[in-house]
Amino acid sequence: MKRNDNREGIKGMANPGRYGIERFAYWLMRITGLGLLAYLIGHVYETSNIINGKSAWENMLSITQTTEGHVFLTLVIGMCVFHTANGIRVMLGHGGYGVGKPARPDYPYTPASQNSMHKLCIYASIGIAALAMMYGLSVLFGE
Amino acid sequence: MSETTFAEEQSSTEVSSSKTVTLRIAKFNPDHDSGQQFVDFKVPYERWTTVLDAVLDVKKHLDHSVAVRYSCRQASCGSCGMKINGRPRLACFTKISELNSDVVTVEPMNNYPIIRDLVVKLDQMFENHKKVQPFLLREDSEITGPTKEFNQTPEQLEEYIQFANCIKCGLCNSACPTMATDSSFLGPQALGQAYRYVADNRDKGKNSRLKIIDDSHGIWRCHFAGSCSQVCPKGVDPAMGIQFLRGYLLGFRK
Repeated sequence: MKRNDNREGIKGMANPGRYGIERFAYWLMRITGLGLLAYLIGHVYETSNIINGKSAWENMLSITQTTEGHVFLTLVIGMCVFHTANGIRVMLGHGGYGVGKPARPDYPYTPASQNSMHKLCIYASIGIAALAMMYGLSVLFGE
Repeated sequence: MSETTFAEEQSSTEVSSSKTVTLRIAKFNPDHDSGQQFVDFKVPYERWTTVLDAVLDVKKHLDHSVAVRYSCRQASCGSCGMKINGRPRLACFTKISELNSDVVTVEPMNNYPIIRDLVVKLDQMFENHKKVQPFLLREDSEITGPTKEFNQTPEQLEEYIQFANCIKCGLCNSACPTMATDSSFLGPQALGQAYRYVADNRDKGKNSRLKIIDDSHGIWRCHFAGSCSQVCPKGVDPAMGIQFLRGYLLGFRK
């Protein structure tokens, strides 16, 4: 093996458990972002089928009217809600809001940028996404 | 004096210690080996034994070939950064008893080229550190005439003193998920130090530094995962500094 950068690569990103809930939120944010991008591309393809006539459009719509289709749409709801809620937290943080104030650190050096408000917002984002998914399931599977 | 007696006197752990831990050391020489191999050693330890003590015990008594970089043994020099049980830490600042594990795995830090075993090449980190101009930028100086001092209130000092604690151990860059995939990223160490000087009221180089970090592989690659701040052994909190810098670039901070 030649001398290399010893970078963790995607494997390191896909192992979010070592650094607490913030790293897990980062990982979820990436996954849901990619998922939503894939959904958007699929959605554009699906809706573009309307130009092929009514029967083609209804055939395409019927794909999401199955059990698997409902589960997929429920996942999209969850991804969308988490990505939005956590995105607001991250955007505010990126502007320097809610990341604490510089101060002389004291042992055991709890980082102010990883404060309890951020943790609460992450848990709230996951909770709201779960609630939205439950609502989605009840609408899609309910009669 | 026999060689054995000399080794016992140099041992950092008491011979009477009843507790032992399995120290699993990653061994790899890029010039000879095809891949990393883990070698297990049984090491005695006490409540106060650090991982560095244990590694040095192995080096003295069991395997002289283990390569490890260290110097001050008190979390001041930043030399002994390594991955301990999957997380970047300073070996001299991590007690075995705190890990609550019968097996302690030590590996070289990720995101740095391995020189040998636990020693990594920190060149890129220092290059990135230099890129952000880690010094006061201004026309005059404290030693040019007329001689004067740059006054600073305790409140102004508080704005950056936390970030001046950086010992350049590189743990933050090793924990960063962006550094894991982007070899051109400046990294939390350099960005945190950019903020350290931007926040210093004696410095006049804010615009120059913001221009340097406003790059596709600069500050915009940070996604605020915060792992850098969680592993920092000196409480620097680079994630906070990076978000403040981004606040300047986005116009939220003046």
